[in-house]
Amino acid sequence: MSKRLVYLLPLGVFLILAVYFAVGLTKDPRKLPSTLINREVPAFDLPPIQGFDRGFSSKDLLGQVTLVNIFGSWCVACLAEHPFLMKLKAEKIIPIYGIDWREKTDGAATQWLERHGNPYTLVGDDRDSRVSIDFGVTGAPESFIVDKKGVVRYKHIGPIYPETWTDTLLPIVEELRKE
Amino acid sequence: MTVEIGHYALVLALFVAVLQGTVPLLGAARGQQRWMDVAAPASWAQLFCVSVAFAALTAAYLGSDFSVLNVIKNSHTTKPLLYKISGVWGNHEGSMLLWVLILAIFGSAVSLFGRNLPDGLKARVLSVQGLIAVGFLLFILFTSNPFERVFPPPADGESLNPLLQDPGLAFHPPFLYLGYVGFSMAFSFAIAALLEGRVDPAWARWVRPWTLAAWSFLTVGIVLGSWWAYYELGWGGWWYWDPVENASFMPWLAGTALLHSAIVAEKRDTLKAWTIFLAIVAFSLSLLGTFLVRSGVLTSVHAFATDPQRGVFILVLLIIAIGGSFALFAWRGPSIKVGGMFKPVSREGSLLLNNLLMTTATAVVLLGTLYPLFIDALDLGKVSVGPPFFNAAFVPIMIPMVIVMAIGPFLSWKRADLFPALLKLKFVLVAALAAGGMTYAMKEGATVLASFGIFLAVWLATSTLWEFANRIRLFRAPAGETLKRMALMPRSTWGMTLTHFGLAVAIVGMVGAESWKVESIQVMKPGETVTVSGWDYTFEGAREAKGPNYAALRGSFTVRRAGEEEIFVTLRPEKRVYTVSQRPTTEAAIHTTWMGDLYAVIGDPSEDIRGAFVTRLYFNPLVAWMWVGATIMVIGGLVSLTDRRHRVGAPKRRSAGNAAAVPAE
Repeated sequence: MSKRLVYLLPLGVFLILAVYFAVGLTKDPRKLPSTLINREVPAFDLPPIQGFDRGFSSKDLLGQVTLVNIFGSWCVACLAEHPFLMKLKAEKIIPIYGIDWREKTDGAATQWLERHGNPYTLVGDDRDSRVSIDFGVTGAPESFIVDKKGVVRYKHIGPIYPETWTDTLLPIVEELRKE
Repeated sequence: MTVEIGHYALVLALFVAVLQGTVPLLGAARGQQRWMDVAAPASWAQLFCVSVAFAALTAAYLGSDFSVLNVIKNSHTTKPLLYKISGVWGNHEGSMLLWVLILAIFGSAVSLFGRNLPDGLKARVLSVQGLIAVGFLLFILFTSNPFERVFPPPADGESLNPLLQDPGLAFHPPFLYLGYVGFSMAFSFAIAALLEGRVDPAWARWVRPWTLAAWSFLTVGIVLGSWWAYYELGWGGWWYWDPVENASFMPWLAGTALLHSAIVAEKRDTLKAWTIFLAIVAFSLSLLGTFLVRSGVLTSVHAFATDPQRGVFILVLLIIAIGGSFALFAWRGPSIKVGGMFKPVSREGSLLLNNLLMTTATAVVLLGTLYPLFIDALDLGKVSVGPPFFNAAFVPIMIPMVIVMAIGPFLSWKRADLFPALLKLKFVLVAALAAGGMTYAMKEGATVLASFGIFLAVWLATSTLWEFANRIRLFRAPAGETLKRMALMPRSTWGMTLTHFGLAVAIVGMVGAESWKVESIQVMKPGETVTVSGWDYTFEGAREAKGPNYAALRGSFTVRRAGEEEIFVTLRPEKRVYTVSQRPTTEAAIHTTWMGDLYAVIGDPSEDIRGAFVTRLYFNPLVAWMWVGATIMVIGGLVSLTDRRHRVGAPKRRSAGNAAAVPAE
C-alpha cells in the first residue's frame, strides 16, 4: 500500500503546483495595486545618507508634482534606470526624490551616487524600510508620482526606461501639473 | 499566397497529428498491425506539413512581407539577413512553430532510425509524439497564429528587440528547443513503456541516445545563453538565476540525472521505475519552462510578451500532459518489476546518489523559481528570489556531487569496497589538496570557499584522468597495449571521461569568475589611464559610428601590461541605439586570455567634463575555462552518442560509413 502512495506522490505534488499556477494566472504580475494610490503620502522624516546635509520629509513633496524613487546601491536594476533619471534631472523635467532603501553599510549609497551621478533633489536614508513599507514598496526600483498636494497618484514597478516615461509616466505628470 | 499556404499546412499538420496520436495507439492496444503501420508515414507527413509552414513564415521574413502581423512586430527592412532569419524564432509565435518543427524532426527520426524497434513500442512512441504535437498545434492555431494578416500593411516593421540582434542569441533558441523537445523522446518512450507495462534493458538502450542528444543540445543552448548574457548585458556576469535561465537549467539537471539512471537501467536492469519517472520529469520541466516564460505567471527580463489567455491554454495543456503522465505512472508504475539488487557502495549506488543529488538540486531551483508565485498566490505580497538563495542552496548540493563523481567510476557494479577505491585516489587527493592549498597561499584574495572550489575541480579532473590512465594501463603495459586499449575503449566511456573532465575545467572557470573578478567604475577623460588587475587601460576617446540599423558611440581603450610600453590589445566597446526602436544596448569589448578576460564597457558621457565618459572596466578571471569546459562536455556527449551500442542492429546501410573505426569485438 505504501508503495502505491510513493508512486502517487509525483501526481500529488504536480496537482498542488497546478493549483498555484491557476491562482497565479489570475494575477497580473506587472500591475500591482498600490494601497497608497490616491491617498496622502505617509508622514515621514528621513535622515540624510552619509555625507549629505539633509534628508527629506513628506513636507518637501508639497507644492509640485514629484517623482519619488526607491533605490539602493545593492540594486542592479536601479542602475538600468539610472542614466535616464540623470537625463530627467539634467533636462529639469521633474524633481526626483530618492529613498535609499535597505542599505547595509554607511556610505555605500553616497559612493554609488558619486560614481554614477546623483539625479535626486534630496535623498533620505531608509535602511530599516520603515517608510518604504508605508509606501507599499515590494522591490527596487519603484517610483511614485506624487501630486502637488502630496497625494500618491501612480506607482511604477521596475526601472523607468525612456519609453515607460514617454508612454506612461509623462502623460500622468502633465495631467497632474494642470490640476 | 505563401502565407496562406503556410497557414493551411499548419492546419493540415494538426489533422495529421490527430491521426498519428490515435490510430497507432489503438492499433498497438488491439494488436492490429495495419493500424500501427500508420505511425511512420504519419510522422513523415507531419514533418512535411510543418516544414512547409515554417518555410512560408521564413519566406515572409526574408521578403519583409509587412502584411503579416508577426513580421511587422519583429522585423524591419534594414535588419541584417541573419536577424531576418533569426527573427522567425525570435518571437513567441515563430518560436512555437520552431518547437513543433523540431518535434516533427524528432518524430520522423524515430521512424528513420527505429526500424528495428518492436512494432508496438514504436507505434506507441510515435503516437505519444503525435499527441504532444496536437497540443502544441492547437495552441499555435488558436492563441499564437504567426500567419495573421494586417490590412492595410504598414510601410515598415517595428524591428526585433535589439538585445536579440546578436549572433549568440540567434542560435540560442534553436539549440534550447532541440534540448527541450529532445526530452520529449525520452518522455514518449516512458509513456509507451508504461502503456506496454514492460521496461527492459533494451528499452533503456533506446532511451539513452535520445536523451544524450537532447542533453548535448540543451548544454549548447544554455551555454550560448550564458555567453550572450556575459558579453551583451555588460555587467560581466554570466549567470543571473533569472526565471528564464532556471527554466532551461531545470530540464538540464533532470536530464543529467536521467542520463545516469538510464545507464543503470540498461546495464543492471534496475532503477527502472525511477528512470521512467525522471524521463517524465525532464520533459515536464521542459514544458514548464515554456509555460513559465510565456504565461505571465512569472515575469523576468525576456523578450516575449505575456498573455493570460495563452497562459490558461498552456496550463490546461500542462495538466493533461504532466498530470496525465504522472497519473499513468501512479497506476502502472508499481507493477514494474524490480531488477538486479545492489549494495549501497557500488557503481549503481554512486549513480543513485548522483541522481538523488541532481533531483534535489532540481527541486531547489524549482522551489526558488516558483517561490514568488506561491507567496503571491497566498496574497502574502511580492517577493523576488535572487542569487543569494540559489548560491546558498545550490552550491552545497554540488559539492558532494563532485566528490562522488570522482569516486563513482572506481567502484564496481553490484558490490564494491569503498576503501580500496579510496586508496586508489590517494594521489588524486594529494594533488587536489596541493592545488587548493597553493591557491589559498598564493593567490591574493583567495577565500576558503574559492580554494575549496579549486580543490574540487582538481580532484575531479585528476581522478577522471587517473581512471582513464588505469583503464588503458598507461605506463604499466607496453605502449602498444595501451594504444590498443584506447582504441577498444567504448565511446560511451570516452564520453564519460570527456564530460567529467570538461565539468572540472568549467568549475575552474566558475570559481575564478565568481571569486576574483575585479571591477572598476569611473569617469575617464581621453588620455587617462586606469589600472585594473595589472593591466593599464588608457582611454583614447570615443566617437560616433554607424551600423546598418543602429547608431553607435564607440570608445577606444589601449591596454598594456602595467608599466609596459607595448600595446597588448585595443578594446572598442560600443553603446548602440537602434534606429527603429530607439532602444540602447551595450556592446562590451572583450579580449580573452587563458588567465582571464579583459572587459571594457563605455557608459554615458560625463556631465561636468567635456569628452569624458563613465567607463566600466573588469578583469574577469578564467572565464574562457568555463566555455572551454562546456565545449568539452558537449563533445563528450556527442562522442558517447556514437557508441557502438547505440548502432548495433541498426540497418547495415547506415552504419557502414562510420563503423570503420570500431574494431570487431
